Amino acid sequence: MFQHDRLSNDITLFQKIKKLDYILLTSIILLSVLSVFVMYSTDGGEILFHTKNHFVKLAVFFPLMIFIAFLNIKFWHNFSYIIYFIVILLLIYVSFFGIMSSGSQRWMNLYLFVLQPSELMKVAIIMCLAKYFHRIKIENVNSFTSITIVLSIIIIPIIFVIAQPDLGTSILIALSGLIILWLGGMKIKYFIYSFITFLISLPFIISFLKPYQKLRILTFLDPDRDPLGAGYQIIQSKIAIGSGGLNGKGFLKGTQSYLDFLPEKHTDFIFTLFSEEFGFIGSVGLLILYSIIIFRIVRIGAISRSNFARLFCFGYAFAIFIYIVVNLSMVLGLLPIVGSPLPIMSYGGSSMLATMIGFGIVLSAKINHKQMIA
Amino acid sequence: MIKSNSGIRKTDVINRRMFIIGAAKVVVFIGIIARLFSLQINENKKYLTLSDKNRIREWKLPPTRGNIVDYFGNIIAGNLKVYQLHIIPEQVENFNYLLVRLKNLLNLNDKKIAKINKSKSELKPWDSIIVSENLSWSQFVKINNYLYDLVGVKPVMTISRHYPFNDVYTHVLGYVSQPNEQEILDNQTIQERFVPGMKIGKLGLEKRLENHLIGTNAIQRYEVNAYGKRINQLEHQKGQQGSKIRLTVDTEIQKACGELLNEKAGSISVMDIYTGDIIAMYSSPSYDPNLFLFGISQDEWQLIRNNPLKPLINKTISGLYSPGSTIKPIVALSALENNIINTKFKVKCTGKMELYGQTFHCWKEKGHGWVSLKNAMKQSCDTYFYEVARLLGVDRLNITAEKFGLGKKVLGDYFDTEKKGLFPNTKWKKNNLGKGWVLGETLITGIGQGYIQSTPLQLCMMTAQIANGGFAVKPKIIVDSNPISYEDAKQSMESGLLFDTESEKLLDKKLFKNQENIKIVQEAMFASTNERFGTSYKSRIDDPKYQFAGKTGTAQVKRISKRERELDLELEQIPYKDRDHALYVAYGPYINPRYALSIIVEHGGSGSKAAAPIAKKLFKLIIDRHDLRNKQSNFERITV
Repeated sequence: MFQHDRLSNDITLFQKIKKLDYILLTSIILLSVLSVFVMYSTDGGEILFHTKNHFVKLAVFFPLMIFIAFLNIKFWHNFSYIIYFIVILLLIYVSFFGIMSSGSQRWMNLYLFVLQPSELMKVAIIMCLAKYFHRIKIENVNSFTSITIVLSIIIIPIIFVIAQPDLGTSILIALSGLIILWLGGMKIKYFIYSFITFLISLPFIISFLKPYQKLRILTFLDPDRDPLGAGYQIIQSKIAIGSGGLNGKGFLKGTQSYLDFLPEKHTDFIFTLFSEEFGFIGSVGLLILYSIIIFRIVRIGAISRSNFARLFCFGYAFAIFIYIVVNLSMVLGLLPIVGSPLPIMSYGGSSMLATMIGFGIVLSAKINHKQMIA
Repeated sequence: MIKSNSGIRKTDVINRRMFIIGAAKVVVFIGIIARLFSLQINENKKYLTLSDKNRIREWKLPPTRGNIVDYFGNIIAGNLKVYQLHIIPEQVENFNYLLVRLKNLLNLNDKKIAKINKSKSELKPWDSIIVSENLSWSQFVKINNYLYDLVGVKPVMTISRHYPFNDVYTHVLGYVSQPNEQEILDNQTIQERFVPGMKIGKLGLEKRLENHLIGTNAIQRYEVNAYGKRINQLEHQKGQQGSKIRLTVDTEIQKACGELLNEKAGSISVMDIYTGDIIAMYSSPSYDPNLFLFGISQDEWQLIRNNPLKPLINKTISGLYSPGSTIKPIVALSALENNIINTKFKVKCTGKMELYGQTFHCWKEKGHGWVSLKNAMKQSCDTYFYEVARLLGVDRLNITAEKFGLGKKVLGDYFDTEKKGLFPNTKWKKNNLGKGWVLGETLITGIGQGYIQSTPLQLCMMTAQIANGGFAVKPKIIVDSNPISYEDAKQSMESGLLFDTESEKLLDKKLFKNQENIKIVQEAMFASTNERFGTSYKSRIDDPKYQFAGKTGTAQVKRISKRERELDLELEQIPYKDRDHALYVAYGPYINPRYALSIIVEHGGSGSKAAAPIAKKLFKLIIDRHDLRNKQSNFERITV
């Protein structure tokens, strides 16, 4: 065992570069380049604020991802709990001293850029739970103590995020956490029971929702009830996507977006613009690109020797998947509108930072896939 | 070892559960792709339409009205380029400064400035405010000179209705102006084509022929953004000008009518006795319809409204007058047709006639002595016609009069202001006044007084139908798609053939039992104008080319008291309102007649002094223009 440790610690930088997953890396680069072009389109075919900033963020976070990849997976294992607690502290900080914007308090000012800790929590919770399930014996997974601990790990950050308020991110955090619980071997019946309990308590949950959140659900059920108000976004989004057709209207020719009919086109509705300009073929192509990324992450998890790396990769792959599904379902009118960005494509520093950190850890797992963690 | 066992078992669990998740992922992605397929492929058309609906906005421009031309093709209602001034608030740097500048340049008043400010607050910043609808050329030039200093100001050229002959055709054409809400709602076509700034016919033929004249909108398609701002123009679809409409009127004659009635209240109508074409119909005084195009000022409106000569009334078809002695040809004809009298029948006129203790006066106090039909008509002897009416009875007279068009609308539904007039009979009085007919009333009906009321155009038509030998004509003011020429109309009428393309039978056209009777009346009317002692002898023309036959009329507007009769006041001594209306009906030339006319001068005094001389002046012109008109009859045929 010791020998294994030494071996993996000793690999040179050159070997590390050689062992990077190039299919995954190429897909990420492709996605990044695509995202810059789409951002350029949202700026109306000019290099303006959003295009510049998005490019700068990519230029900073992509090397960060490589740097993270070169750190041993053991390092990330060792620091998982600490990272989780730091993010919790940031969430607490934000809930007191955060920047208010459009009715919610989610951001902290780091002078160079504005950080949204809840985005980091999306990755931190996977790390934290992956470590917990890595360390715990399979026999103890369903014990009362361990269930209490893992549920606390999930619920504590969610409380802070919901309080911001940010329903979308808290749902994504919860789903990312729950998937590790599932992968970790928690009994299936617990999932079934809690799902039933959730369904039963749904009316009560809804009664606790803020008026604007209730409105979003009502709007989802019938977007035409207020076409110029709450239903406007989803109607315009569907028009944009639907009018794209098979081939799309062409790059920089999306009338819905450049005539300002699309709201939030830089962030949550970026796919709408993409789909309008590149059509069904482009959209499916983008989905395939995302699928390749997810598949590569899953594969890295599958070849990983340590359960930490395996759980993290599987969990992270699922998280990426769920971000895409929630975002696309939202813009396609399959789910109510909850704020959730499309990984890499959407404009937003924190989301990109968290995604890149995640990819970095996955790449690190690839480089160190033979690494055993005690 | 246990640990590693447990580790392996754990790995198995993770892998197994990952497999389930992986399968679920594939299903979900397929679901999303299916949704994309349904939106982008299946429902693509629907969403493309919606997207176009979002981005494309149509702007309708006001349609261009069709021209109205006279018989000779002269435009009497056309369109003119007008210069307008628009402000686009979005482009203005300093709105108040701009207003001050414009105020000085165009002499705008404070009311106008307040109006501009009001529309500025109501409109979107990129919508233009119309500051002035009709700039004069000099104002337009001024604005263009100072344009560098007037940022956000846009001089615009557009098209507006124009009446080149000003007040000459007002009562025929009416005028156009901004429609009110009710007018838009009432007319489907206007509703479809309405755009702010559009004008519709408010009166006369402009109103009646609205749907023909209106034209179609030009359409400009713009791409707009989500806030409705125009981004760029996609296409411009030209509108079609409304139909051109050709009238039967002759502008030269119409103008002459206006000059002859200058500063008088009254009306002149001229009609082709064969085709029924209305050559002129002028109501005096008139007013300039161009005043209404850009909103008439209160002062100008009050001036027109309060004019005691009532320019707003179209006297030709809406003015009701007692026909006075102009009815006598019909009374004579009716009596002849009913064999009550013949040419040898004579009555002794002593200047008055007693009936049941009531005295009926002839206009000539000394009386005319023994008079036959010809002399009675010539000198307009009232006593003769009292006696004839008495023998004839009002009901038989009524039948003849209605045959000749009295008591009925002449132009049907072309003018909604046209009046029917009234020719009474015993039944009418019983039904409407609830009293029995009195013989005395028959007497005064015989000289065109009493209940009887007629419009000038009715009298004109009546005369035309006597002139053409007693055949019904169908008066018209719009040239048909297949206009019948004067010669054809005349020939078919004289040969007794059916000439009207509509299914009316020839029998219906004949208004007489014996055409000889018509001739007798014609001769009597000839005598009245062309023989010594005739009432309009002074207005005769001896040249057979222009010679005409006519009948004067003097309609009392109030009962003459005994004292007034004794005073025998001069016209100037009687208050205007109490003066008699002067009437004259005539047709000419006497040999081969072509045209009939009726003239009414309100409160003009006697027909022979005030109305007949007008006919003399007019006839020369009418006959002189006949050849021109004949040549023109095959000129382009325009449908309505």
